[in-house]
Amino acid sequence: MGRLGWVLRLAAFGLLVAFLTVPQRFAPLFVPFTEYGAPPIYDQGSLLMLALAHLGTVFLATAASTAVAVTLGILVTRRSGAEFLPLSRTLVNIGQTFPPVAVLAIAVPLVGFGETPTLIALFAYGLLPVFENTISGLQSCPPPVVEAASGMGMSARQRLTAVELPLAMPLILEGIRLSLVVNVGTATIGSTVAAKGLGEVIIAGLLSNNTAFILQGGLVTGLMAMLLYDAMAAVERRVLRAAHVA
Amino acid sequence: MSLRPPTAPRVDRLGSLLGVTALAALVAMPFVDFKANRIASGAARSLGEALPVTSALTVGAIVAAVAAIAVLVTNARVRLFAAVVGIVVVGLAVAAAADALTPPGNRIVRVSPGIGCWVLLIAIALLGTDALARLRPGPAARVACLALTAAALYAGFAHGTFDNLSVMREYAVNASSFGREARQHVLLALGSLGGAVIVGLPLGILCHRVARLRGAILQILNLIQTIPSIALFGILMVPLGALASAVPLAAALGVSGIGAAPAVVALFLYALLPVVANTTVGLGRVSPGVVDAARGMGLTSRQVLLQIELPLALPVIVTGIRIVLVQNIGLVTIAALIGGGGFGTFVFQGVGQTAIDLVLLGAIPTVALAFSSAVVLDAVVDALNRTTS
Amino acid sequence: MITVESLTKDYGAARVVDDVSLTVARGTVAVIVGTSGSGKSTLLRMINRLVEPTRGRVLLDGRDTKDTPVHVLRRHIGYAIQGHGLFPHRTVAQNIATVPTLLGWERARIAARVAELLGIFQLEPREYAHKYPHQLSGGQQQRVGVARALAAEPAVLLMDEPFGALDPIIRSKAQDDLREIQRRFGTTVVLVTHDMDEAFRLGDRVAVMSQGRLLQYDRPAVLLTRPADPFVSRLTGTADRALKLLSLVTAGEAAEPGAAEGAAVPAATPLREVLADLVWRGASVAPVVKADGTPGGRLTLAGILARGRAG
Repeated sequence: MGRLGWVLRLAAFGLLVAFLTVPQRFAPLFVPFTEYGAPPIYDQGSLLMLALAHLGTVFLATAASTAVAVTLGILVTRRSGAEFLPLSRTLVNIGQTFPPVAVLAIAVPLVGFGETPTLIALFAYGLLPVFENTISGLQSCPPPVVEAASGMGMSARQRLTAVELPLAMPLILEGIRLSLVVNVGTATIGSTVAAKGLGEVIIAGLLSNNTAFILQGGLVTGLMAMLLYDAMAAVERRVLRAAHVA
Repeated sequence: MSLRPPTAPRVDRLGSLLGVTALAALVAMPFVDFKANRIASGAARSLGEALPVTSALTVGAIVAAVAAIAVLVTNARVRLFAAVVGIVVVGLAVAAAADALTPPGNRIVRVSPGIGCWVLLIAIALLGTDALARLRPGPAARVACLALTAAALYAGFAHGTFDNLSVMREYAVNASSFGREARQHVLLALGSLGGAVIVGLPLGILCHRVARLRGAILQILNLIQTIPSIALFGILMVPLGALASAVPLAAALGVSGIGAAPAVVALFLYALLPVVANTTVGLGRVSPGVVDAARGMGLTSRQVLLQIELPLALPVIVTGIRIVLVQNIGLVTIAALIGGGGFGTFVFQGVGQTAIDLVLLGAIPTVALAFSSAVVLDAVVDALNRTTS
Repeated sequence: MITVESLTKDYGAARVVDDVSLTVARGTVAVIVGTSGSGKSTLLRMINRLVEPTRGRVLLDGRDTKDTPVHVLRRHIGYAIQGHGLFPHRTVAQNIATVPTLLGWERARIAARVAELLGIFQLEPREYAHKYPHQLSGGQQQRVGVARALAAEPAVLLMDEPFGALDPIIRSKAQDDLREIQRRFGTTVVLVTHDMDEAFRLGDRVAVMSQGRLLQYDRPAVLLTRPADPFVSRLTGTADRALKLLSLVTAGEAAEPGAAEGAAVPAATPLREVLADLVWRGASVAPVVKADGTPGGRLTLAGILARGRAG
């Protein structure tokens, strides 16, 4: 992406940090979006804390769903797990039609309000990209390579860790990246069930007709999503280069 | 096939898992939840407590048979048949349980499927899904299965079989608004999709032709995707509200700061990326040799586009439309927060009142709608692909 | 019938076709041969304006091709390419009917033409008309590609490596079929190939191109005996040019009056094959028989060898 890319990245990151730490400095920018003297900057809580809580929820959910999805993906592509493969594929497809809002809403009466239903919804929704990509990645390992590994005397476990997983890594990381970025946006809905996060700012704005709040919540979330997307891409490149895979 | 001496029948591991789960759910978990009224706390009732003894034993026997088939039989058709029978029986059983536990004429009592019933249904459904996946039905068969299921469910609802279940009680209370919200939901989802196709298709063709524009346009659309939906709904409320107050004609047409207008615009914006991206990619996949032959034969540019390129790119484009439709059906649910209507109205009311039945009244139709759209459009893509390869 | 006048094509600083001029007489086959990058395909595509020349012009029957709207021009020129470019989403019949439909023919006429062409190309209409390209073998697809190019009865047929994807046995048959069809319909054919043997088999005149320039354009025999450029002789091959020359003459053309003993040679057999046969049998003379069965003279070994000599 070049120098322009780096400049933009640092500028975006700097802007985000500045806004979260000293939001009041940005007040003049948001005044035009308020009516009747409403507060231009979200004042019902610390924006920084909300952003961190938001990220915390997202990371936790993504870490959990990645762990489960990759494990399941590995199990299902082994010979012993092959009978579970057609079902897994179908479930992945079905699961993608489930609106996350529905999962969230169904979880609330079961586990109550707050972080828990949000985590459950994000976990469920984040499973699919990683699961599907793990399966695709492992299945697209060139058969000659896998055969060569067996032929050289590697045990199944060695084959998995030394050959198949590294080759599947690009796709798996891509799935994690997708899951992460989508979760950042979806987590805002969690605030409708009282989870701590940036959705709170947006909903406060909707309730009090304060567009400045809506903009702040939306822009911060969008900015975080973009920066994460970008950062994950850089991590991917680093990991893949270290593994000499790409 | 093999030369081994006959051994004991091979046990199906997935089937065993599901079979054991189903039996455990039947025996050890509550079958239904009984509430004296809407806000009372629920009391668990097992199958035996809910139904007369003979019925309970029959249901139990059938479930046991399904479980046995799951474990021992490998023929996919038999398993599918068993699963269908199992679901129908359990469904009827829970409806009958509701009927049995509701004193005649009583409209206050709330009976809902318990954890055991849900687990049972899910286990049998997984069995059926697995069997169906192994049979690998073609596109027409899949749509036929969907239609049959829909017809069966409609028959059940029309007949009043499920009327005593708590979800249907909520429906009875909200019957008039349910129809209205259903129409609104479908209208919003399809309307924004239509708009996105009308704008996105030409945009996609443009991106395919002009490489320089492609990067810029896709970047912008990607950016829009990262904005969380409620934020975009909220942001659009301001300009649309201003438009409505400044231009009376717009207000007369229904444009306003709240309600459907910002929802439709936001959904339209979200729908653009899949449509544009898939159109561009689809057109890019058309073999250059085919396009060259078409031009060489004397088709004008417009004829090449309409008769050759677009038809060949259609599977990928329709896949994009499927993604959009499913996405939009989910997003319309959120639009209820800004007064957009749709099934989300019930979902958020239910959340606010901690009434899971209200939530289900909104969530189940949404999921069913999304699922049906996905099945139908996937079948269309499949059928399109079969003619060309 | 086709006159190419000083055609040049530049892509930026690269000159892909350099001042090429040639004439193709009506009803003949002109083959443009050269290695990849010689500009032969570009030259072909300038005839139906898939590529617009930087300089020069193309005349069809005396009319400048620039004067006709481009898609009208192309609808009257047949175009068959390597990889055939059959439309995957249309049946064989629909593919072949493409240009006649564009030209507004009546349905009955189109149907008749499709059936006729399928018959000529040995594809039973009842069986093949409603199949899709992916259901056909490579050879069948290639035949449909050529049939499609001929559907609207064009006076000119342009072909770009049409037999490249076929295996050798089928390729030979396809080449023979093309000659047969060309003779039957009297189409003027311009064909591009990198295969010299194919050029010699099919071409009434052969144009040799290298790096955008036309090195020589003449009858195959002249290319062999009087190559205008060392590249031409390299391309035709110096090792067996005598045998190549012999493959251009038929027994009927070289026969001398007289009779001989032994198995008769059909008059249409190329001398190269007759020579091979004589060597194999250890004979030095063979009688020639004409197509109608009447005697056509005889061929001696010495007579054959004389035909293969340079000059």
